[in-house]
Amino acid sequence: MLTRRALVATALAALFAAAPARAQQRLDVVASFSILGDFVKNVGGARVAVENLVGPNGNAHVYAPSPGDAKKVADAKVVFVNGLGFEGWLERLVKASGTKAPIVVATTGIKPRERAGDHGHDHDHGRADPHAWQSVANAKVYVANIRDALVAADPAGKDAYQANAAAYLAKLDALEREVRDVVAKIPVDRRRVITSHNAFGYFQDAYGISFAAPQGVSTEAEASAKDVAALISQIKKQKAAAVFLENVTDPRLVEQIARETGAKVGGTLYSDALTDDKGDAPTYIDLIRHNLRQLAAALVS
Amino acid sequence: MSTLYQTFISPFTEFEFMRRALAGALALALGACPIGVFLMLRRMSLVGDAMAHAILPGAAVGFLLSGLNLFAMTAGGLIAGFVVAVLTGLVARTTELKEDAALATFYLLSLAIGVTIISLKGTNIDLLHVLFGNVLALDDQTLLLIAGNASITLVLLALIYRPLVIECVDPGFMRAVSRAGGPAHLAFLVLVVLNLVSGFHALGTLLAVGMMMLPAATGRFWARDITLMMLIATASGVLAGYAGLLVSFHFGVASGPAIILIAGVLYLASLLFGQVGGLVRQLFPGRHLEA
Repeated sequence: MLTRRALVATALAALFAAAPARAQQRLDVVASFSILGDFVKNVGGARVAVENLVGPNGNAHVYAPSPGDAKKVADAKVVFVNGLGFEGWLERLVKASGTKAPIVVATTGIKPRERAGDHGHDHDHGRADPHAWQSVANAKVYVANIRDALVAADPAGKDAYQANAAAYLAKLDALEREVRDVVAKIPVDRRRVITSHNAFGYFQDAYGISFAAPQGVSTEAEASAKDVAALISQIKKQKAAAVFLENVTDPRLVEQIARETGAKVGGTLYSDALTDDKGDAPTYIDLIRHNLRQLAAALVS
Repeated sequence: MSTLYQTFISPFTEFEFMRRALAGALALALGACPIGVFLMLRRMSLVGDAMAHAILPGAAVGFLLSGLNLFAMTAGGLIAGFVVAVLTGLVARTTELKEDAALATFYLLSLAIGVTIISLKGTNIDLLHVLFGNVLALDDQTLLLIAGNASITLVLLALIYRPLVIECVDPGFMRAVSRAGGPAHLAFLVLVVLNLVSGFHALGTLLAVGMMMLPAATGRFWARDITLMMLIATASGVLAGYAGLLVSFHFGVASGPAIILIAGVLYLASLLFGQVGGLVRQLFPGRHLEA
């Protein structure tokens, strides 16, 4: 009995001793979704504790924040968001939480591209395509913005953040070369792809593989017969080489379109969210590599 | 002539997915509309709605175990539907609770369990896929399932037709002359669940009931004879499927709701102008009789 009590006391003492030490060392920050969280983790390293609002496999387009999210934002020293209208729910969450933390828009400095498609339904985020991270060159801008924001929030860690960012940027440079090498091997007339979610506009602009989708940029609208018919006509006319399923919209519809057009059905392309650790894309670099492998497998004939 | 062809025929000749959707909608109408007529005549119109919610957790478990897998979701839905039907019968027979109250409790529980199960593992989008099917994405298996269910429905309905009709009209007489009433009722409930599961693949759990009850109510305004009523109900279901798909094709609205809305328009028109108890007919009986 005595020993158990002693053990508990020791454990509690250790806990109380450890808690403030941890709080001093680690800067609490919040990232709005998992891909952004991965960037922050890479730049912040051991000095930063990152919480994602929309976790792995989540859909940030239609996310409903919970009271726990408001608490995370209230406790954070810095809040990282994608911007370009990606997180329509975020503004109210920030207000509701009453946080004093700076809100860092990670896409600052990236030239936004117009939303693709002629679907014309209006969203509250206007006309910009928010999925800027799909180009590795843009990812480097994210990283630079994150580095500067962390240095501003925690000047003591300046050297660490700059070293981490430089190392990660080097990895992104290598990744970008890899993407260009693989795309170069795909015949030009086969660089046409259909996905169920139109999130690859920046990839298209940067690397020259064109993407079309049966739905607009957002995943909210259900495709009508008119949309599907238009897409099938388009695939047949443009001779698109492959159709890809994605982790956020109706896979049954994509299969039907592939059946009807004879285009090759690829695996899953990840766009808006990382997977959990057991999945194919637990980090941003894995995500881009995974998408690249899928594209090459379907398009290199 | 060519514009007529382009408007009404060519969407189906040009696109396979439209042909599949049409075949699915037709098969669904063939099975579900006669069932709807019996539900209506037995004053069980809302039972279909309740049962549609009740199959959700089964479909959800199937979905979680194997994704949007036809077999798993169908089996799950059937099991959940039958469990709720049997439990309802047991509670209604052994306790003070009447059948409607017993059904209400179980379907609400079932619905809550279903939504909980999906939200535990899936995303909001997954839930929408289960709640709203997609008539534009019917593959061979799903079409065969819907057509098979419609065939089973029609054959079984033919077998239990007499006891069902007599029980609708005079339950006391039915109990006096035959013991077939109980088994027939049970077989009928099985058919209800079967057709809801069909409808659930094409239209989703929320709208599956629409294909069952709206055409049935339409038929009620045009016929007193139950055979004719079923024919008219089925015809209006078929028409709703065809016209709904055309509306979705030409005006770009979601197909499932479009089909049900057309069925609703047919119902409202019948409510106003129906031969049997339509509102206009009731307001101006003389003029119509002279005509």
